Amino acid sequence: MNSHYLPIDNGQLALAAALIAINIGLSLGLRLGLARKLGIAALRMVVQLLLVGYVLGWIFALDNPLWVLLLVFMMSAIAGNASVNRTRRRFPSIYWNSLVSILAACGFVTGLLVEGIIHIHPWYDPQYVIPLLGMVLGNALTGTSLALDRLMEDLVSRRSQIESLLALGATRWEAANETIQEALRTGMIPTINSMMVLGLVSLPGMMTGQMLAGVEPTSAVRYQIVIYFTLAAGTALACISVILLAFQVLFSPEHQLKLERLRKIDV
Amino acid sequence: MMGQHTLEDALSAPSEAQSSPVLSVSKLGRQFQGRWIWQDISFDLFPGDRLAIVGPSGAGKSLLLRALAGLDSIQSGQITFRQRPLSAFAMPQFRAQVMYLHQQPALLEGRVESNLQHVYRLAIHRNRTYDRSRILTYLSRLGRSADFLERSVEQLSGGEKQIVACLRSLQLSPQILLLDEPTASLDKATTEQLETLVAQWQQTDSPKACIWISHDPAQIERVTTRTLALSGVRA
Repeated sequence: MNSHYLPIDNGQLALAAALIAINIGLSLGLRLGLARKLGIAALRMVVQLLLVGYVLGWIFALDNPLWVLLLVFMMSAIAGNASVNRTRRRFPSIYWNSLVSILAACGFVTGLLVEGIIHIHPWYDPQYVIPLLGMVLGNALTGTSLALDRLMEDLVSRRSQIESLLALGATRWEAANETIQEALRTGMIPTINSMMVLGLVSLPGMMTGQMLAGVEPTSAVRYQIVIYFTLAAGTALACISVILLAFQVLFSPEHQLKLERLRKIDV
Repeated sequence: MMGQHTLEDALSAPSEAQSSPVLSVSKLGRQFQGRWIWQDISFDLFPGDRLAIVGPSGAGKSLLLRALAGLDSIQSGQITFRQRPLSAFAMPQFRAQVMYLHQQPALLEGRVESNLQHVYRLAIHRNRTYDRSRILTYLSRLGRSADFLERSVEQLSGGEKQIVACLRSLQLSPQILLLDEPTASLDKATTEQLETLVAQWQQTDSPKACIWISHDPAQIERVTTRTLALSGVRA
């Protein structure tokens, strides 16, 4: 990082908090009923980020691969859990399926990125591994939860069509094919859409961050392109994995649709 | 693979067709949420048989047909098709011979004919080809012309949909048809048409068997010769 970078002190943080106070004031004045939620969200954001800042600072300083791996695992576990929590139905092994898919897919593409493309040394350098993995995880989380939710809802709503096909001699794969395609498409839509308008409508956070830290825009753009390929690949792999695992649970090897394994959740 | 018999093996087996049952059910039991819906169901179905399953609502008549089609698992007993247990067949092979017709037909979007053609894309039926003239023969017996094939599925009445679903299955020449109240929501004329369709299929080539669920005693009288009664609530 070069000399253009300006650090932010506590007083400046407090000033920024005044911005949220404007919103809360407006909400109270206009009776929007948002004040409480906005306040809680702002407070949570501050506490979570400050904590993460300290934890990351500590792990960066430790410079120990075991701690980095532990953090990688914890981040993946939280992402796997959050992905399932946004769906409206559950099956018995859904949390494991989600965790395994997200950990394997994101671990794999992040590993390829830091080892095969960026060539960082040492391989576990938390300054690279943790933020990169975080971005890949965040994207995969959205994708897998959308794909899983769509798959489960469609299997329920299209049950008679699927079972008609099965009754005519379709294999479970033939009967589920359309539903699976639709679920994967749904999971990939946010990633594809955001790539479509990237740079036109939105400047991605990582690129913005690098530019604020003084990196040349053209270099920051190159980083962002590499990141986006990784995000898209990680999300696609995680979606395919989680959908195939769910397929194995919700269709038996005897080519039966096992909807009794699904349970609806009150959201 | 040892012990794996394909349908071709079964078809080329020495013909004992007339004397031996095509489908045997022995001591079948179905449990749902820890309660037996039915238990100890045994019967044989011979080629040419027309069996009725009767019983009060909730007796599990549909569940029995679904179990026979392999759509649901059974918790006890055994189903045998052509003297071989169900486990000896790949399920799609079995279901290509023993077809289940849902009470509410589920068709794909699009024209009637594309629905009839679609099933030939399934791996199990890929070696056959769609036979339009055969469908037209069936349709003419129902007093319908080729225009029917061009109609969009969304415009069909419930009864017409059921006829399409029935044609979709019959064109594949299954050996056994499992009919789950197919005429429950149909008017008298369409009901008769559907019965005609099934009767004609049953008389073609080798004798075929069917099992009907119906709440209409007059229909049971018309279309079946034997009755299996499910008693309903068990101790």
